[in-house]
Amino acid sequence: MRKLSYAQAINEGLKQMMREDKSVFLIGQGVTSPWYVGTTTVGLLDEFGDERVIDTPVSENGITGAAVGAALAGMRPIVTHPRMDFMYYAMDQIANHAANWYYMFGGKINVPLTIRGIINRGGEQAAQHSQALQAIFTHIPGLKVVMPSTPYDAKGLLISSVQDDNPVLYIDDRWLYELKGDVPEEIYTVPIGRGVVREAGKDVTILATSYMAYEATKAAARLKKEGIDAEVIDIRSLKPLDEALIFESVRKTGKLVIADAAWKTCGMAAEVSALVSENIFECLKAPIKRVCLPDTPAPASSVLEEVYFPKDKDIILAVKSII
Amino acid sequence: MKQCSNPITMELVKGIPTTVLWKIYMTMLKIRMVEEKIADLITRKEIICPCHLYIGQEAVATGVCTALENNDYVFSTHRSHGHYIAKGGSIKLMMAELYGRVTGCSRGRGGSMHITSPLVGLPGSSAIVAGTIPLAVGTALAFSIKKNGGVSVAFFGDGATDEGVFYESLNFAALKKLPIIFICENNLYSTHMHISARQLNGNIYKKAQIFKMPGIQIDGNNVLEVFQAASEAIEDARNGKGPTLLECMTYRWRGHVGPNWDIDKGLRSKEEVEWWVDNCPLKRLEEFLLKENILSESKKKQISKQVNEEIEEAIEFAKESPFPDKSEVLNDVFKS
Ligand SMILES: Cc1ncc(C[n+]2csc(CCOP(=O)(O)OP(=O)(O)O)c2C)c(N)n1
Ligand SMILES: [Mg+2]
Repeated sequence: MRKLSYAQAINEGLKQMMREDKSVFLIGQGVTSPWYVGTTTVGLLDEFGDERVIDTPVSENGITGAAVGAALAGMRPIVTHPRMDFMYYAMDQIANHAANWYYMFGGKINVPLTIRGIINRGGEQAAQHSQALQAIFTHIPGLKVVMPSTPYDAKGLLISSVQDDNPVLYIDDRWLYELKGDVPEEIYTVPIGRGVVREAGKDVTILATSYMAYEATKAAARLKKEGIDAEVIDIRSLKPLDEALIFESVRKTGKLVIADAAWKTCGMAAEVSALVSENIFECLKAPIKRVCLPDTPAPASSVLEEVYFPKDKDIILAVKSII
Repeated sequence: MKQCSNPITMELVKGIPTTVLWKIYMTMLKIRMVEEKIADLITRKEIICPCHLYIGQEAVATGVCTALENNDYVFSTHRSHGHYIAKGGSIKLMMAELYGRVTGCSRGRGGSMHITSPLVGLPGSSAIVAGTIPLAVGTALAFSIKKNGGVSVAFFGDGATDEGVFYESLNFAALKKLPIIFICENNLYSTHMHISARQLNGNIYKKAQIFKMPGIQIDGNNVLEVFQAASEAIEDARNGKGPTLLECMTYRWRGHVGPNWDIDKGLRSKEEVEWWVDNCPLKRLEEFLLKENILSESKKKQISKQVNEEIEEAIEFAKESPFPDKSEVLNDVFKS
């Protein structure tokens, strides 16, 4: 099959959605820039014009609210935030407005909105340019949250997000942008709420989000050489969460390591861990281990970044501690 | 941008002692030389953290900070080096920070976008656009409650005036007549976008009027004009007359981030960049001071030598400093 990079897959998904549906438009900082959001929006302005590819002032709160409003009026906006860190300014529109609307008005009016938040970290960018905020948003009822880790899923989940009738937070990660993989040319979807088994195994389940799924696959390959047979689940959607897939795997392996490159406290790893012990406690043969960021802001110095951001070696250590 | 190329006149020197003029020249030169050096160090991959260079805007930080007292507070942005140096921050500690060393002003945790020097009145710089504007309002509020005569300065770019919090801050400061000066450094761009693509009325100073606050647009490349305007605004603020918005017209020579010139990307024209480089704030001051015999060639050489030595010493200090210990990553989340 044809190979595309993760960034190209996003680009193609955006293009195809905009061609397919006139109500889809792109709005946010840097969507006309050659570098601001990587190469993910290259060529869109030329093809669709500035009415549908809207680069904006530095006004996250107002612009996100405008996207919510446009969704209320029947459009399917994709509002882009070049970094999740800047989304805090838009928190109110996302949490109080977009996420609550459908429920609060008795299911009368829905918000078909895609919010694209980009994780961009490393390179000594420090605390305000490194954040992975999936847990904060997953906490909010009424908001779906997806995190693709492969080019195939980057396109498929983007299309699902745009076609969904609810607000969906689509989180892509710049550490994955150059990663190449099979991507069909046609329009296809990856269902929101379904995880996927990347590597089948019987000794331990490694459940990972986003970039950590990539690290988990590397870890599994190294573990295999040492005779440890790890199953890797790329959970892909944080909300809704594919509980059935998680339970099925843990029932088989009895051991669980969760890798999520975000803060540990009240994070996705904590959530998955709680679900497993609540529901299938009897299947567990060892304590559940979490591979996360320490509960500190991101430091600048490379020396500190090196210990701050978890990698495959950290997953391997966690696995070995319960095998 | 005619108002940014008027010659510096003797009129503007009125009341400024020669030693202060020399200090102004030295500060501008220091910022320029530090930034040029950093550009070089980034190219050589000695410095890794993203640096937003201040080259071309030196007159704004220098003019404003020279008019302030040590105890007055200044808040900075992602483009922080100029404000830090002008307010009297140590170049050694800044360089060590950029090198990611534990001796840096933020112990290597902040990098270029988060430098601080509390002892000289710089509580910090934030990389969230407009993030420090309300913080400066807050320190002004504290000063007014304490009645200690302190003044706050919020430095921010034209891009920050796209954010709602800018307007909220202006309104509250005006309402409470707080001792704060809002310094907008209008360098015409926010990353890749010209101000005309972001605001229909790009005259930022006029936004003060709706809050019944004085708003003035000045030549941000004329350091003496900045100094005089800032001095008046600061005096008003100290005397309980409330805030002022100063829009300083200026230009960043290099790209948004990093050392490149950013002329080949179709974002801005070569002519535009050349016009501004021609109106170099440092060159304009230097030529004026030499012409008026306020600065002699030998004094100029002496200042340049002194600045150069300070920078070389700072780089040596940074390079010889240790990196933070790995355990440092867990420290200082809370004050115990
Ligand atoms: C809330 C937020 N949104 C977006 C950004 C990305 N960003 C960093 S600097 C910048 C440009 C700001 O322009 P301006 O305020 O004019 O400052 P300048 O870079 O020109 O000095 C932008 C948009 C950010 N850091 N914070
Ligand atoms: Mg600007």
